[in-house]
Amino acid sequence: MNIDQLTIIKAQGGLKKKEFSSLELVEGYLKNIKKKNPQLNAFITLCEKKALLEAKKADKLISQGVKKSLLGIPMAFKDNFLTKGIKTTAASRVLQNYIPVYDATVVDKLKKAGVIILGKTNMDAWAHGSSGEASDFEVTRNPYDRNKVPGGSSSGSATAVASGMTLAATGTDTGGSIRQPASFCNVVGLKPTYGRVSRYGIIAMASSLDAIGHLTKTVADSALLLGIMAGQDKFDATTSPSPVGDYLKNIKKSVKNIKIGVPKEYFREGLEQNVKSKIKAALKEFEKLGVKVEEVSLPHTEYALAVYYIIQPAEVSSNLARYDGIRYGLGRKMFAGEAKRRIMLGTFTLSSGYWEAYYLKAMKARTLIKEDFDKVFKKVDALITPVSPTLPFKIGEKTADPLKMYLSDIYTVTANLAGIPGISIPAGFVNNLPVGMQILGPHFSEDLLFRLAYHYEQKTEFYKKNTNLIN
Amino acid sequence: MKSSKLTKKNIKHLSKLAGLKLTETELKKFPKQLSAILAYVESLNKLDTKKIEPTAQITGLENITREDKPGESLTTNEVLSNTKKKSRNFFVTKAILEK
Repeated sequence: MNIDQLTIIKAQGGLKKKEFSSLELVEGYLKNIKKKNPQLNAFITLCEKKALLEAKKADKLISQGVKKSLLGIPMAFKDNFLTKGIKTTAASRVLQNYIPVYDATVVDKLKKAGVIILGKTNMDAWAHGSSGEASDFEVTRNPYDRNKVPGGSSSGSATAVASGMTLAATGTDTGGSIRQPASFCNVVGLKPTYGRVSRYGIIAMASSLDAIGHLTKTVADSALLLGIMAGQDKFDATTSPSPVGDYLKNIKKSVKNIKIGVPKEYFREGLEQNVKSKIKAALKEFEKLGVKVEEVSLPHTEYALAVYYIIQPAEVSSNLARYDGIRYGLGRKMFAGEAKRRIMLGTFTLSSGYWEAYYLKAMKARTLIKEDFDKVFKKVDALITPVSPTLPFKIGEKTADPLKMYLSDIYTVTANLAGIPGISIPAGFVNNLPVGMQILGPHFSEDLLFRLAYHYEQKTEFYKKNTNLIN
Repeated sequence: MKSSKLTKKNIKHLSKLAGLKLTETELKKFPKQLSAILAYVESLNKLDTKKIEPTAQITGLENITREDKPGESLTTNEVLSNTKKKSRNFFVTKAILEK
């Protein structure tokens, strides 16, 4: 068993063929965590004892011939997913002692499928951030260069998957929080369509934008997990009744003659040249696969970040109003800087006399951004863009200037505003640092995104080129 | 939308509305930082949205209802398990009305 090259699908095979046990698998990851986490700080809470116990139980069930798709597979959960009996902090001091009394719907689904919880991963507190630096429990480091950020807010999940501390990890994506860290850490990050995966039991950030997804080493693993996590939930009225596809089964279907659009607004000033050239090279690979590539336009792109930074803080201020320290949590005095900044902004834009000028205006502009995508998806099947305008940046580089940090989300917020799915996949390296590519599609087109991503991944296999991991 | 500049006084008022206690450093930094963000988002003023309908639910779902029947729920002990202050089976809060 070579943990560094293991994927969920390989692990399923290994367990089935009795090449290794679930206990060996879990012990292997715990060993990696002990070795690497002190430098990388990807975990807030470890569930060592419980995980070992669950692994033994899983091995027993396997020996009895019980079949569950993820039986004995270890995973990590971002620390804003409620896990019954396991401390859940959202990386904020407000919740530093909070022990949920129920599981989030997706946690419940994954547990029922046989998943073992290794631990809870670090993040920007309340998922507010693009670097992992806004955690109240110390910064997570990029496993390709410890002086660089791993991206955020799913910083711990990305680092943990990339450095072999878990097979996969969950994430939340409100403006890029799964895709951007995936891009910075050479892993696959999926932000599904809004309402594809239940938000119930996940600490809310901005309710009209929040999407629940996951980070994995490969596209096939991502497809496998979505098949389990997706679906309508009576506890989240925004989940869609549209049927969940057999994503994994369809993944190998040819992508010949599929039309990909390249939105010109995503390749203008601000995009680093070396990132741009990697995306261009990826487009060439797609052409070799028989995909048709053409330039398209999303004219309202330049307004997306402004729309996002009105709607998101407004909804944040409303969602965080519940932390009064009465029923649970330590109260508002424990909020740190970034949460305070967003609560203040939202309080201002929602206040009497300003609501129309800011929030309503942004909701109207959101319609225009959605219509851009509706129009473009009449011409092409999917879009390809960069994930981040830059390579992973230095720890501390953007913390003094919040607006500069917010600009990191420029290519990812549009998908949340339009509610469309997006997947970030490895597209190569510049100076040993990973570069990610984003594929976007219409609502509920995850099936197509997986196919496109899978065929590109089979040709390039950047996930195997993790030899420049420093530890 | 007029360009808004938030003063230290505005920030103090907002923090009161939001129930937040700001540190001295935050009181000093926030007027500038939040004004810069507002100036950025005010680029939306360039857009004509007079005839545009606002979007709140992006996938277009409407009137999702369920049957109103009792199901499993948390026990009183579970509900109270994370509170700092309880009295018998109740949460303790500050009095809102004086006697």
